[in-house]
Amino acid sequence: MSLASIDPRARTPRLNRTVERIRQDFPILARTVHGKRLAYLDTAASAQKPEQVIEAMSRFQREEYANIHRGVYALSQAATDRFEAARGRVARFLNASSADEIVFTRNTTEAINVVAQSWARKNLKAGDEIVLTELEHHANIVPWQMIRAETGAVIKPIRIHDDGSLDLDHARSLIGPRTKLVAFAHVSNALGTVLPVRELVRLARAVDATVLIDGSQAVQHMAVDVQALDPDFYVFTGHKLYGPTGIGVLYGKGAVLNAMPPYQGGGDMIERVTFERTTFKPAPHRFEAGTPAITEAIGLAAAIDYVEQIGFDWIGPHEEELLTEATQALLAIDGLKLWGTSAQKASVLSFTLDGAHAHDVATILDQQGVAVRAGHHCAHPLMDRLGVAATSRASIGLYNDRADIDQLVAGITAVKRILKL
Amino acid sequence: MSASEDLRDLYQEIVLDHGKHPRNLRKPAEANRIGHGYNAMCGDKIDVYLTIGSDGRITDAAFQGQGCAISTASASIMTETLKGFTEEEAKSLYQSVHALCTEDDAVLPDSLDDDTADRLMVLAGVRQYPMRVKCATLAWHTMQAAIDGQANEVST
Repeated sequence: MSLASIDPRARTPRLNRTVERIRQDFPILARTVHGKRLAYLDTAASAQKPEQVIEAMSRFQREEYANIHRGVYALSQAATDRFEAARGRVARFLNASSADEIVFTRNTTEAINVVAQSWARKNLKAGDEIVLTELEHHANIVPWQMIRAETGAVIKPIRIHDDGSLDLDHARSLIGPRTKLVAFAHVSNALGTVLPVRELVRLARAVDATVLIDGSQAVQHMAVDVQALDPDFYVFTGHKLYGPTGIGVLYGKGAVLNAMPPYQGGGDMIERVTFERTTFKPAPHRFEAGTPAITEAIGLAAAIDYVEQIGFDWIGPHEEELLTEATQALLAIDGLKLWGTSAQKASVLSFTLDGAHAHDVATILDQQGVAVRAGHHCAHPLMDRLGVAATSRASIGLYNDRADIDQLVAGITAVKRILKL
Repeated sequence: MSASEDLRDLYQEIVLDHGKHPRNLRKPAEANRIGHGYNAMCGDKIDVYLTIGSDGRITDAAFQGQGCAISTASASIMTETLKGFTEEEAKSLYQSVHALCTEDDAVLPDSLDDDTADRLMVLAGVRQYPMRVKCATLAWHTMQAAIDGQANEVST
């Protein structure tokens, strides 16, 4: 089934797109923390959920729930249709050429592990090179180290410049005839750098290497078209896209997926089982053993509906404006250093404060109602590269507003007062 | 209790002082018990150095590493406290401090002098912040590992 010609944005009614209106869709934003207005600035760790997602999941569980792909009764058929419609919704979101190219996983980490354990184990041998970047979070490092231990493949990270942008000259020198896989983040979770994905794909294609793009920090900020970007694999997770936890997506080109062995064995992924032999279904079902996260897939589809109703033509400029304002406000604070100042950046403000540890900063900000991440951002090699143990990270989502940024700045002032900096 | 009162409990003057000007931040050449600690949540690392004299008592305690105000202050206060303790007394004090950081009605042993008890009591401020208990106990955990002769890094 070709879905490429359907543009969902042409069919969906426009919401009244103001941040005041959008904030009303997120019930949690109305609550207080430690008696203060909640300024939720940790969307890069996980996004809050709009009423539309909460209600879609709740309604399905209350009124429509059954297992999928097995019952002949009406409820099971309807649940199966809803689940497969969610797969089609994801396909349209990424502009995949077919819903069969969408594998549901638990999260980004599992999606990368499917590629490592299935594609890489089959295709890599000693001396083959896996090219990563210094920006990767652990989910795009550790699965490849496990493959290295099994196959003798070699891992080569592309360096970054001090501003957090990728050193493309180094990429050109690393990607060569031995390169079998190039795997990289679309947007860095720790610094917000938007990577030059088209150039990296072009370099990989020139040497016939397979490409995996980790879109965990991209799909909530910008429209992604996998046919235009042309990776073999594109992965993301539902909970950072205003959807539920427990559901992630592995996009793979149909021919690539169907040449891969199963990842896990069990029900739902087989055609015929005898004790002598078993034949497997084609992708995507081959990679979805057992009962999947049905309600969560429906929640993810509702989240995609929501995001596209608002539209990236609104989300992009809104977040960009807040990022610019917040950057200026933070840079005006004496003793504050921003990490990651690449010209191509999305959503993330990673900072340190002279004389204060990131955890002390985050504890005091929390008392002011400001939720930020503090620590290593699951990216130890990047922190080592930058020479910093931990940073505080404020990250922006579509529901953030100027009051959140003001509260962050006031909170940092309180940090300096309490720690006597 | 208001938010700012909470924070005054956690970031008392003595914590800020020890956090900014840690005592015994050094690596003694004669140390004969060494522990390596690591807080997996924030990436903070600490090494604890104890020197045990021929009478079985701690003659010197020191540490090196980087950490937040809470973990640095706790390590600093710990090294000031341990001199003169036997290994068993030091391990017993670890249990008391751990309780102090986690249990509302915990009390320190009567055997401690008032100055020491007052200094340690400031660590009780983390009770309100369960996510920060590991910051306050990392040095103590590492000290216990040093006494037990664990060569491997210990994580809280």
